[in-house]
Amino acid sequence: MQTRRQMLARSTQVATMLITLGLFPGAKNALAAPYNAGAFEAKTMAELMKILGSGTPTESRDVSITGPEIAENGAVVPIGASTSLPGANRILILVEKNPSVLSAMFEVSDSIEANFTTRVKMGQSSNVFAVALMNDGRVLYATKEVKVTLGGCGG
Amino acid sequence: MKKRTLLSTHHLLRTALTLAFLGASACTLAQQKSAADGIAEYRAMIADGNPAELFEAKGEDLWKKKRGPKNASLEQCDLGKGAGIVKGAFVELPRWFADTGRVQDLESRLLTCMERLQGFDPGALARTPFGKDEQITLEALSAWISAESKGMRFKLPQNHPEERKQFEIGKRAFFYRGGPFDFACASCHGEAGKRIRLQDLPDLTNNPGDGVGFAAWPAYRVSSGELWSMQRRLNDCFRQQRFPYPGYASDVTIALGVYMGVNAKGAESIAPALKR
Amino acid sequence: MADPMRIRAQSAGGKATVRVLMSHEMETGLRKDSGGKTIPAWFIQEVSAQLNGKTVMTAQWGPAISKNPYLQFMIKGANAGDKVTVSWVDNKGDKRTDEATIS
Repeated sequence: MQTRRQMLARSTQVATMLITLGLFPGAKNALAAPYNAGAFEAKTMAELMKILGSGTPTESRDVSITGPEIAENGAVVPIGASTSLPGANRILILVEKNPSVLSAMFEVSDSIEANFTTRVKMGQSSNVFAVALMNDGRVLYATKEVKVTLGGCGG
Repeated sequence: MKKRTLLSTHHLLRTALTLAFLGASACTLAQQKSAADGIAEYRAMIADGNPAELFEAKGEDLWKKKRGPKNASLEQCDLGKGAGIVKGAFVELPRWFADTGRVQDLESRLLTCMERLQGFDPGALARTPFGKDEQITLEALSAWISAESKGMRFKLPQNHPEERKQFEIGKRAFFYRGGPFDFACASCHGEAGKRIRLQDLPDLTNNPGDGVGFAAWPAYRVSSGELWSMQRRLNDCFRQQRFPYPGYASDVTIALGVYMGVNAKGAESIAPALKR
Repeated sequence: MADPMRIRAQSAGGKATVRVLMSHEMETGLRKDSGGKTIPAWFIQEVSAQLNGKTVMTAQWGPAISKNPYLQFMIKGANAGDKVTVSWVDNKGDKRTDEATIS
């Protein structure tokens, strides 16, 4: 089967079109990767790593996770995930006790910092993980417990 | 007073349960403080990037867009400082309007303008459920109009006798007890230092401070992902008191706005704010 | 068409911090309405960002991202005056693209 890369090698016109559509695959990662629905259905970190074809995760001080100790409302929990190490391929945010463990998966290109902040929904108090999938195959993570409270009636 | 004791016991019970939920073994002051710090930290973390901005953008659009049976924009709407003047209008509402002969808050004034300038039926707008159809328009307009006064301090006029009268009516309504719980607004907001679970209840009989109480609405509520105007906030208060809702932009809701707004004189408005 | 995003992009020392607010329900597909019927899943699946037309960031999201999503990321080699575009595609195929100039 002809790969996208082979097609591009033949036609710069097609390449230009793909660049315009933002689908030109980068040197190391396929930015045009189709949506990985399976990954977003994984129930545990172990299951997710299997689907992604990644190795066993190990905790690392070179990966950071930022977030609140207590979230007043589980609907909006701010989480930052980053690594200071070069050679990161993807950064993932996981919420252990959510129905599906994976919240977001960011591709790290040469033009971007391996540092992302977003907001996730948490169904209950849980450990949250920032996972860095490295180019050399290592899977490194940092974790933090975020407590979710039920707020009051007002506000 | 019987009801106050009941509220305190209830409050203590809920606090204890909440702290138990947080893994605390005893209801100690130290643990209560760290929960409050935790909440403060959480709020600071989501302060930048308030989704209310999405509603502000929509509101500005709707102000300028030709709409309704008369196909006109709202750009000639007088919010109290003259036709089309939006900056600073929010922190002077509710106030007296000569053209309608009554004291009006932001939402009732928007109903007037949407009727007179654009040809909408204000009764139909008022009966539309929150979060639907033209109520979304009103939410968005509230978000933008309040944003145009962000950082300014409340200075509701009390020059007109009707403005002063509405203050007194609002005060009476604020302390009026009724419904199955025998609650008044004052039951929760009548004194400083009260709390329900982890939410502080501002004392609305005085100025509770910058960006608090009257100065914190409209607001984006993260729990529902919705933009709540003051009218919607009042609606929910009445629901929590098990009172029937007096009606969108009705006289008593405007009077309450006058009472709270005059009490908040000098407080800095942070609307549209971010709430749980 | 979906409501516009709010994009703020500020540069400092050759890097641009981009903060985006997107207007989207991000429905998980796990909630039921008052009638007991499941509300269908509706959420942004793909997000990408371009700097002066070149894709610099792509991401895949699940429904656990909050309603009216917020995203912050940093682009290297970006300066004031450069154009940032952010795009998203949701599970129904709806899209939105907005742009901002880095200040």
